[in-house]
Amino acid sequence: MSTSALLMMIPTWSVIIFFTVYFMVKALKTQHSHDGEE
Amino acid sequence: MSGTKERWASRLGLILAVAGNAVGLGNFLRFPAQAIQNGGGAFIIPYLVSLAVMGIPLLWVEWAIGRHGGQHGHHSTPGMLDVLGRSKLLKYFGIFGIFTNLVVAAYYCYIESWTLAYTVFSVADVFNGMNQSEVIQYFKSYLGTGDGFINFSPVALFFFFVTIGLNLWVLSRGISAGIEKASKILMPLLILFGIFLAIRALTLDAGEYGAVEDAVAGLNFLWTPHFDSLSNPKVWLAAAGQVFFTLSVGMGSIHCYAAYLRKNDDVALNAATAGFMNEFVEVILGGSVVIPIAVAYLGLASLSTFSGFGMSFMTLPMLFENWGPLLSALGGFTWFGLLFFAGITSSIAMGQPVMAFLQDSFKFSREKSTWVFGLAVVVLALPTILLYDHGAFDEYDFWAGTFSLVVFALAESIIFLWIFGIDNAWEEINRGADIKIPVIFKYILKYVTPTFIGLVFVGSMIQPVGGKWIESFSGLFNGQGWNLDPSSVLGTLFHIGIDDPEKILVINLTRLLLLSVYATVGILIFVAWKIRLKEERI
Repeated sequence: MSTSALLMMIPTWSVIIFFTVYFMVKALKTQHSHDGEE
Repeated sequence: MSGTKERWASRLGLILAVAGNAVGLGNFLRFPAQAIQNGGGAFIIPYLVSLAVMGIPLLWVEWAIGRHGGQHGHHSTPGMLDVLGRSKLLKYFGIFGIFTNLVVAAYYCYIESWTLAYTVFSVADVFNGMNQSEVIQYFKSYLGTGDGFINFSPVALFFFFVTIGLNLWVLSRGISAGIEKASKILMPLLILFGIFLAIRALTLDAGEYGAVEDAVAGLNFLWTPHFDSLSNPKVWLAAAGQVFFTLSVGMGSIHCYAAYLRKNDDVALNAATAGFMNEFVEVILGGSVVIPIAVAYLGLASLSTFSGFGMSFMTLPMLFENWGPLLSALGGFTWFGLLFFAGITSSIAMGQPVMAFLQDSFKFSREKSTWVFGLAVVVLALPTILLYDHGAFDEYDFWAGTFSLVVFALAESIIFLWIFGIDNAWEEINRGADIKIPVIFKYILKYVTPTFIGLVFVGSMIQPVGGKWIESFSGLFNGQGWNLDPSSVLGTLFHIGIDDPEKILVINLTRLLLLSVYATVGILIFVAWKIRLKEERI
């Protein structure tokens, strides 16, 4: 792959994977504070 | 207050259900096509900007409207908007949240049924030995197109009714036992299938399994930036449109799912998590399957006329055959299987708001509302199936699946952020939040998000031919007028580029039908509020 393509793809993938994992882990960690409440 | 006590059983289930609602066929078919046509890797810049200032904020708005409405016993948009202000007219903006879901479900379930059929065909190895024109012919005969005025195909109808049956079965089981359980099974499978196909696609080298080019060349083509495209308004409009449609905002389905939350449940983190899961599937998986495979077998030249949709049903089945008997069946099964999973997790999300409206307003049982929804979808789907060749399908997609979404998103953002008020809205979004949203988003929400949606709306209304905005503006000031693109709202409305009188007749009749559906929903809302008033439920 060309350098310019890699320079676009890798940061984009990194940002999306980081936020996807970060938010999901945070949501799962706090899951029990919401489950079962009424 | 509604008598419903339905709730999500787990936070993971809710996030997967909302992500499943957003992840649809467009993630795999529309995104790569848009990126190629709009600057390659540079497309991602306006795409991410649109995501940050319009997509994610709009998700927060819709989640917050939904949870707020749910606390007042409303699980569909008419009631949710009604409680945001004093005007009695607000609830009528909520027509879109019922109308759009009903109409889109009708034609969407039809496409969904194709993916189910092709999953079965792939496992049965029916494409073995077929060349490109035979696969195209197979698709056309499957749809019953090309022969006579009516496009009648018993096989396509069979799979359509099976698909409708599956949707209704999930919906009839309720929020937790139906939608949530289905999402918990189907979403992980979808991601697994996507990862398998992406790895398979990206490891294809020239000379291997009949490939003529390294698949990575496709990825290179997709991501090579053409920065000059960033000064073109068409690219920004396309990026904002893609973000808009991929997140399934402006439909009323996110509101409905959020209405089953408790008062202090988080919406800020849930919305962000579901939104980014959709982005993972779209940008990473969606960009790594179709284009690399197409380039590997058809070469880079094939991308000049790339259409994700045609590629999916009329080319990929033949290309998978290069992988040998076992892998080709597996390739077809995972590809069409993941499209089917993406489809059904979206279509069930369209059913729930319609059913919730019937349950809240007319005290229908879940079973009864499921049957009414199913019947309405079948009746509305028939014109798109039987008159597919004549433009009925495209009319549904344009007016309900595209135009209505933008109108509703613009209306709801103004109602929530300006009429309900930014301070109330900000408090609503942040109540029970498990993340701290930076305060700058308060101003983005108030000013930038509605402006962005407004620009998408105006842009789509008057898009000039070929998206040549700068040339068109200078032409306008030089007295040359404004040439509308046939795909613009006004261009579509006035049949620009269509000469066939038979097609125009079908299009006009289809519009009449859609207007009737819209008016019927409006009348039902009027009657529902009369009943509420009589029963002192307001």
